[in-house]
Amino acid sequence: MSEDSFLSLNALTLAYGKSVAVDNLNLSIKKGELIAFLGPSGCGKSTTMRAIAGLMRPMSGTITLDGTDITRVAANRRQVGLVFQSYALFPHLSVFENVAFGLRLKRLEAGKLKQQVEEGLATVGLTEFVDRKPAELSGGQQQRVALARSLVMNPKLLLLDEPLSNLDARLRLEMRTELQRVQRETGLTMIFVTHDQGEAMSLADQIVVMNGGLIEQIGTPEDIYNRPTTRFVADFVGFENIFAVKNGQLATEQGLATLGDPIEGHPSGLAWRPGMVKMGEGQFEGEIIGSSFAGGTREYLLRSELGPINAEVDATQTIYQPGQRVNFDLPVARAAILQQVD
Amino acid sequence: MTARLLSYGVLTLVLLFLIGPFLIIVAAALSAGESLAFPPQGLSLRWVFKVFEIESFRESFGLSMALAIFGTLAALLLGVPISYAIARYRLPFGETLRTIVSAPIIVPGIIVGLALLRYLVIPLDVDIVLALFIAHTALVLPYAVRVVSASLENLRSDIEEAAVLLGSSRVGAFFRVVLPNIRGGILAAFILGFVTSFNQVPVSLFLSGPGVRTLPIDMIWYLEITYDPSVAALAALLAFMSIAIVFIAERFLGFSRYV
Repeated sequence: MSEDSFLSLNALTLAYGKSVAVDNLNLSIKKGELIAFLGPSGCGKSTTMRAIAGLMRPMSGTITLDGTDITRVAANRRQVGLVFQSYALFPHLSVFENVAFGLRLKRLEAGKLKQQVEEGLATVGLTEFVDRKPAELSGGQQQRVALARSLVMNPKLLLLDEPLSNLDARLRLEMRTELQRVQRETGLTMIFVTHDQGEAMSLADQIVVMNGGLIEQIGTPEDIYNRPTTRFVADFVGFENIFAVKNGQLATEQGLATLGDPIEGHPSGLAWRPGMVKMGEGQFEGEIIGSSFAGGTREYLLRSELGPINAEVDATQTIYQPGQRVNFDLPVARAAILQQVD
Repeated sequence: MTARLLSYGVLTLVLLFLIGPFLIIVAAALSAGESLAFPPQGLSLRWVFKVFEIESFRESFGLSMALAIFGTLAALLLGVPISYAIARYRLPFGETLRTIVSAPIIVPGIIVGLALLRYLVIPLDVDIVLALFIAHTALVLPYAVRVVSASLENLRSDIEEAAVLLGSSRVGAFFRVVLPNIRGGILAAFILGFVTSFNQVPVSLFLSGPGVRTLPIDMIWYLEITYDPSVAALAALLAFMSIAIVFIAERFLGFSRYV
């Protein structure tokens, strides 16, 4: 655990009954960061979030927040906010009363309460409709209320469950900007859970990619996108040609294949995006078995001695016909170097 | 066109079948004659006034009211937590619990009444009023659980978690965010329970003793001795009372949404 760690999960294991959802997870997050937990459904990201919020008791391991072990602290005393995917607004209360809910429990004096609620609503850009019920608001407005409701509590950490998934494309962009602005202005440490890599890439400072209850990779969006280190992450961010490496050679269905350039170091695997495959020249030969137009580019599926290869070529270049045999190459210099391919 | 006429014809017959007896009772209640008869002999309100003078009706009305109110309240006191437990926790015996709670609807009232008499009142020497109270609570419980469960199912459970994360305790969350949102369901359950209990005959029949009779039982008993139109007058008054309750309930909380 590093010195400046604000939130740290230490050997955290979470289970529903006997089925382990998150296994021996270690993670440390700095103050003021915007973190994304990224992964497919069932990868343990939401479970981890619920454990941080205190809605789920870990089987083992500890959670430390701001220097205090909060593993056994009740959810209502953790000072951790959560914006639910469904927003979970109280249907019987007005917008104002929804935001005031937590403050009333703190027995805040009336004038101060009103001021803080109004500030909270202003932060999320919602100053009208304070007397309306949640059902009378649009999805985007409901989410702003949910966000304000958590923000006025001045939490140490704010969690957001799939914050953009219920919004349409236009609102998604708006809310993304909004969340970044709120984070900048408040300096709040935020973690959001998402299955959408685009969402994670555009919003987060750091991305924690999870799969099967384990962390696959932690890194900046650039790291994750350009330098995946595991087969899962590579596949997830679009490296469609993934090979294990054995004795400095590519392990293919037809045995080991030697690449033109030497493979430096001892990676477990190499991966290429379709666009990284060099078409028209090279030591390998393949037959075009599929081709599709993709706007500025054209995608090809090749059958080769290396197995199936996905290639993507600028649409202005040579167009290959199905059945045609083409030379290609996998340039080592451009490949993502994988440490784990199983 | 013929099909349409036919459907109107059938509709009229069904309505007549449903409303007919009620109209006959109302007509009989307004009779000026000495005995229960239809068509009525002349028109007067004398039997309507007579109802209020009959001592036993006043007593049994009081008992029925008390049973309906307190029996239903007790059923809700049990039913709301049961419904909540069934809805929120995946209880290993949840389905069994649901079946047990619904049993009084399925088991004929005669059997419930006899069982209570034979195994509660006689061997344990339980007070008749207490036995009636227990019986009515048990009879109303299935309705309470059903109606309250329906409104709980429409309520997302994450609002409780949201309340907890805003500083509320688990119990506090129930009172602050669950209860206010199922208020309509609870009121509907109360009205349904009240009417069910008030109109209950077969169970009460077994548990009525000397001087302790619910209103419907008292009416049967009265009819066996005195065949005058006051029973019809009382029946009409009770019907109007039920209609008024349901009308008000529908008007103010959309009763039919819940039942």
